[in-house]
Amino acid sequence: MEARTTTLANAPSLEERAYRVRHNALRMGEVQGQGYIAQALGVADVLAVSYFHALRYRSEDPAWEGRDRFLLSIGHYAIALYSVLIEAGIIPTEELETYGTDDSRLPMSGMASYTPGMEISGGSLGIGLGIAVGMGLGLKRKQSDRFVYNLMSDGELDEGPTWEAAMSAGHWKLDNIICLVDVNRMQADGPSTGVLNFEPLPAKWEAFGWHAQRVDGNDIPALVRAFDAARALSEPKPRVIICDTKMAKGVPFLEAREKSHFLRVEQHEWTQAIEALDAGRKS
Amino acid sequence: MDAGNRGAGRREEVMSRTKRAPWRGATPGPQDPNKPRLTTSAMIASLAGEGQRTSPAPFGRALVELGKTRPEIVGMTADLAKYTDLHVFAQAYPDRFYQMGMAEQLLMLAAAGMAHEGFVPFVTTYAAFASRRTFDFISQGIAEEGLNVKVCCALPGLTTGYGPSHQATEDIAIFRGMPDLTIVDPCDALDIEQAVPAIAAHDGPVYMRLQRGQVPLVLDKYDYSFELGKAKLLRDGADVLVISSGFMTMRSLEVAKLLEADRVKVAVLHVPTIKPLDEAAILHEVGRSARLTIVAENHSVTGGLGEAVAGTLLRAGVVPPRFRQVALPDAFLDAGALPTLHDRYGISAEAMARSVKGWL
Repeated sequence: MEARTTTLANAPSLEERAYRVRHNALRMGEVQGQGYIAQALGVADVLAVSYFHALRYRSEDPAWEGRDRFLLSIGHYAIALYSVLIEAGIIPTEELETYGTDDSRLPMSGMASYTPGMEISGGSLGIGLGIAVGMGLGLKRKQSDRFVYNLMSDGELDEGPTWEAAMSAGHWKLDNIICLVDVNRMQADGPSTGVLNFEPLPAKWEAFGWHAQRVDGNDIPALVRAFDAARALSEPKPRVIICDTKMAKGVPFLEAREKSHFLRVEQHEWTQAIEALDAGRKS
Repeated sequence: MDAGNRGAGRREEVMSRTKRAPWRGATPGPQDPNKPRLTTSAMIASLAGEGQRTSPAPFGRALVELGKTRPEIVGMTADLAKYTDLHVFAQAYPDRFYQMGMAEQLLMLAAAGMAHEGFVPFVTTYAAFASRRTFDFISQGIAEEGLNVKVCCALPGLTTGYGPSHQATEDIAIFRGMPDLTIVDPCDALDIEQAVPAIAAHDGPVYMRLQRGQVPLVLDKYDYSFELGKAKLLRDGADVLVISSGFMTMRSLEVAKLLEADRVKVAVLHVPTIKPLDEAAILHEVGRSARLTIVAENHSVTGGLGEAVAGTLLRAGVVPPRFRQVALPDAFLDAGALPTLHDRYGISAEAMARSVKGWL
């Protein structure tokens, strides 16, 4: 898909895309009976805007040289990326049933060696942005005008290599990098600001030489504006979009759960979750 | 007693249990007038003995030569171009050189990104930093995806007197644990020059140990050429078989000559590729005749070539009458002058010759 679907007639709306991403994620969660479902629901709008508004790619040729690169630094968000790769036609829908099972191409942590459309093996947190720096330099060597998107979590702001990479991208004026930070404020051991305070975020990135925007990551029109601004910027700077998202967004009874980092969902609740999601679906 | 005082009492108790190591160096004593006190050589120390033939910057020059026909090769470093001879490449191809700053973790990740885009990065830093600090970044960023990155590191083993922070005595032990990583430990300038195009031709990640600056030239006097993954018999001998890598091959050849005076005949099998190990050549040489078998390496006794060879022999049931290691102790080593330290830890030619004679 080279053209952006939002410009195509009869294309599903970004809201509908985000709904389908969430729906795919819930179905995969049901296969495993567990997973990082709250993160997937939270980041679905960011992914929908990425894949159906901003990114250039070919569904039938995930390694197409002319694609924008999309790095998933947060390996455990794989369930979210698979959901959007399925919606984008890069992974067949029927593979959804294999999620996290033996010999599946969709392991629970994202790895480039397993999955079409997965650019890197994330998971050891904080490595995506550094790889993005090398790709950004490499694309410039090739005189390519493509972008490198790096999706990272707020937890990865704890990692030192994130800031080595942030400083380097500023130093090299890598205006072909767009970093997306999913700020859902929840880490394995509890709320992020209690684990290690990372605020003030825009000021930090700006001090490292970046153009920074902060948006409601569940507000699709706001995300579209932020992506457009990041891509259109003429300043020779790397760009970051800090996306404040809500864990488990779209399924109210899961949004209310406290221990949302690794959500326990009872067997009977998966159907309820999909029903709750459907109830909020915008037609 | 208030709460603050109780806290203070407990703190003193804890402090009194804190381990405090004795100071390590010796206080100045009467100096032996026949033995000058040697000074620590910095990072530019050459391993060449007096009057030994050397070749300047073989890594940098070989990379410049290779760069003529391989435009996809780029050089990347973490503020150590000068001390790894990568500056020679940087001068020849300034637009293909990437100074990544003193950020080794980023260095490896950026190299991974470059390799993703089809380039072949030659990445340099010191062996201690690459192995200890960036293991995860090489493992998950580079090796797991089989990316074409060549990590080439100066100051391997005991090649600096700076002390444990810079002495990478366990780099091979660390890297042998990484699947799919090729490990090369060249002997001299000729070995390095020939290894550079060979590792570039290999499709996958490589860790190579480097010598920089004026590098000894030894192997041109032998009928030898570097082949990735191959061990080569440099000289034969009926009494002792030395299996060696890195500059310890040079030392082993010197030892073989020293022992000729005692009519001890020493064979030297040079193993510049540590992983994958040329098990066939090793089993053939050890199995050929019953000789004292010694593995000599510029590395800790733990986890290096010695234990790799021992495991190979035991698994195959090919057991020499006696097996010994010439290697560095499993310890944080002293700071000081290299010749002093090589003597102290048994890897100078003279110290190794004494060890071998003692084992005969």
